[in-house]
Amino acid sequence: MTAAPHSEDDNPLRGPPELLGEFGEFGGRYVAETLMPAVEELAREWPKAWADYAFVDEYRAILRDYVGRPTPLTEARRLPAAIGGGRIFLKREDLNHTGAHKINNCIGQVLLARRLGKTRIIAETGAGQHGVATATACAYFGMPCTVYMGAEDVSRQALNVVRMRLLGAEVRPVTSGSATLKDAINAALRDWVASVADTHYVIGSVMGPDPYPLMVRELQRVIGDEARAQILDRIGRLPDAAVACVGGGSNAMGLFAAFVPDKEVRLFGVEATGEGLQGRHAATMAKGRIGVFHGMRSLVLQTDDGQLLEAHSISAGLDYPGIGPEHAHLHATGRARYLGISDREALAATELLARTEGIIPALETAHAIAALPQVIAELGPEAVVIVNVSGRGDKDMHTVMTHLDPATLALIAEAERERKAARAAHHGATGSHPGEEALIVDGHELRADGKEGA
Amino acid sequence: MSAGVDRVAAAFTRAREENRAALVGYLTGFDPDRAGSLERIFAACEGGLDVLELGVPFSDPTADGPTIQAAMTRALASGASVAGALALAAEIRRRFELPIVLFSYANPLISYGPERLSRETAEAGADALLVVDLPPEHAEVLRGPASARGLGWVGLVAPTTTPNRRARVLGASSGFVYAVSLTGVTGAPLNPGDPALHAGLATLRSASSLPIVVGFGVRKAEDVRALAGHADGVVVGSALVEAGQRGPAALGELVKTLRAGTLRA
Ligand SMILES: Cc1ncc(COP(=O)(O)O)c(C=O)c1O
Repeated sequence: MTAAPHSEDDNPLRGPPELLGEFGEFGGRYVAETLMPAVEELAREWPKAWADYAFVDEYRAILRDYVGRPTPLTEARRLPAAIGGGRIFLKREDLNHTGAHKINNCIGQVLLARRLGKTRIIAETGAGQHGVATATACAYFGMPCTVYMGAEDVSRQALNVVRMRLLGAEVRPVTSGSATLKDAINAALRDWVASVADTHYVIGSVMGPDPYPLMVRELQRVIGDEARAQILDRIGRLPDAAVACVGGGSNAMGLFAAFVPDKEVRLFGVEATGEGLQGRHAATMAKGRIGVFHGMRSLVLQTDDGQLLEAHSISAGLDYPGIGPEHAHLHATGRARYLGISDREALAATELLARTEGIIPALETAHAIAALPQVIAELGPEAVVIVNVSGRGDKDMHTVMTHLDPATLALIAEAERERKAARAAHHGATGSHPGEEALIVDGHELRADGKEGA
Repeated sequence: MSAGVDRVAAAFTRAREENRAALVGYLTGFDPDRAGSLERIFAACEGGLDVLELGVPFSDPTADGPTIQAAMTRALASGASVAGALALAAEIRRRFELPIVLFSYANPLISYGPERLSRETAEAGADALLVVDLPPEHAEVLRGPASARGLGWVGLVAPTTTPNRRARVLGASSGFVYAVSLTGVTGAPLNPGDPALHAGLATLRSASSLPIVVGFGVRKAEDVRALAGHADGVVVGSALVEAGQRGPAALGELVKTLRAGTLRA
């Protein structure tokens, strides 16, 4: 850990940077006074918990017996031929319980909340993956859970709303602002300001006020620690590069954490350029400016006047106008590089990984896959690369369907027409009335335009 | 004529001499638009505000409840900016002598440039800054340049604030200290007769010689009356913003009734 335990008794107005959880010039605790004591308590108690064998053992046991860790490191068999070579190792966070890396963090934070005597959990969610993971951890520990979700995302990610509610969580749609992830975080912060006495806020990425960026990185570093041991075991040396997509940056920091000290390992974060840098995007590294947002000083997509811009990515999990402060630091110091991948490239990479490896990645993950050709072109066809498969793509099938695959839509429409014709013929024969029926797939009514029916 | 932190002090001295609490009113600049907000602010000042908190809109006001959030959203939609808010302050200053406190969030103010912001705030005739998401640990970036221009820095003390933190907030404050009345966001329901709240204000009083104002959730004259004996000033925000939506006249009327509530028994 980079930060020393914090003390509330340090009296100077501005203590040394490590006392405020700063990564170079980034990080800090920019929150309303009401929340400062809670944030200080977390900053004091988190390092104690993380240094406590009983706590860490319980966390690791749950990751093993419930989440399904360690996750495999799968060497890609047919992908390299399609991307210019390389030996590509896929770190399979998609195989975690609930289908993404998010659960590593949620188990740890809910354990910590219990240790601190908190009796209620709140969280924000964009794609719904962090919400599902938090709801899951709360079901596991028997804690009440409220998840804030932008109204836009509630409709984009309806299946995850159903999952959260099945898991017993209350989902509160947020209609203020752009009604997406940043507004869900605003709403969760407002809840926390009022409920801080008994409530812990499980932030879903390496962002927010200190100690969250540090704590979430430590709870995700199991990804990198496992991957490092696995690659050494497999090929007897470190990889040439580690690659991961970056929304807030937790799956990337989790992977990078183990390799940051290994200077020979290049680190590549991949952010979403959406419709392109001239259009709507979520490219915080490329287009952001230093600002103070959601409790941290970091790079932020904002107007000249300091108002936040709405981010856009086809993947709801990357649709965020900020980035974790440690990434801003790795970027500023040159230790990591950040590449951009568009919506279209991510969709193509989803199909590529599915067809070459039999793995359907989350659209977030697909951004990392799509950046591989550039990484291989730079490092050469002999390069060994670990890429984090941060999540599986089931949650995105609806988006993929509407964007990617007219052929699938045509197939479904054709089947529906044939079925209706057959029913009409049957009803015609029996004299009963044919109803307007849609095809039911996976509990969802599908229409030929790919939109969900009522 | 005094300015900056001195003008703030003078306003509290005057109220004390009149045996009443100062009435501190919050309104958002550019809500519903530039001209409309000026009309409303003028009406409120004429109604009897002692101190004006002028909200400089931010897209993501996480410490504010739905009323002030919506006001900031309306203001940004009608072209609010930091420069625009400073120009509003200058226009208010041409007509009124009351202290003006700029209320905002760190990002728009820091983004404007701390030196430039402090200089132009002083030039506009505004007197202090209140930045809700800049705790004392991070305040220097704005507080330093603002203090150099004679501007006040209003620190916030919340019900959750520990004694150690209280000392730190008070050490960074000038002009007055803002006691947040409840654990929550602006506009949340408040019991102004809560003995715990009164005890908290008494503790704060014994820890500082600065004027203490209490706010969050204060809506009616009887709320003001219940708190006037426990603090040097009482802040009304969301209720003024709501009245402003009914027009300048309704807002002016509300301020008059609130002002009547500031007299101590
Ligand atoms: C599968 C997956 N990958 C990546 C992300 C992006 O988050 P982060 O950058 O914190 O890893 C998300 C967020 O929802 C996600 O669901």
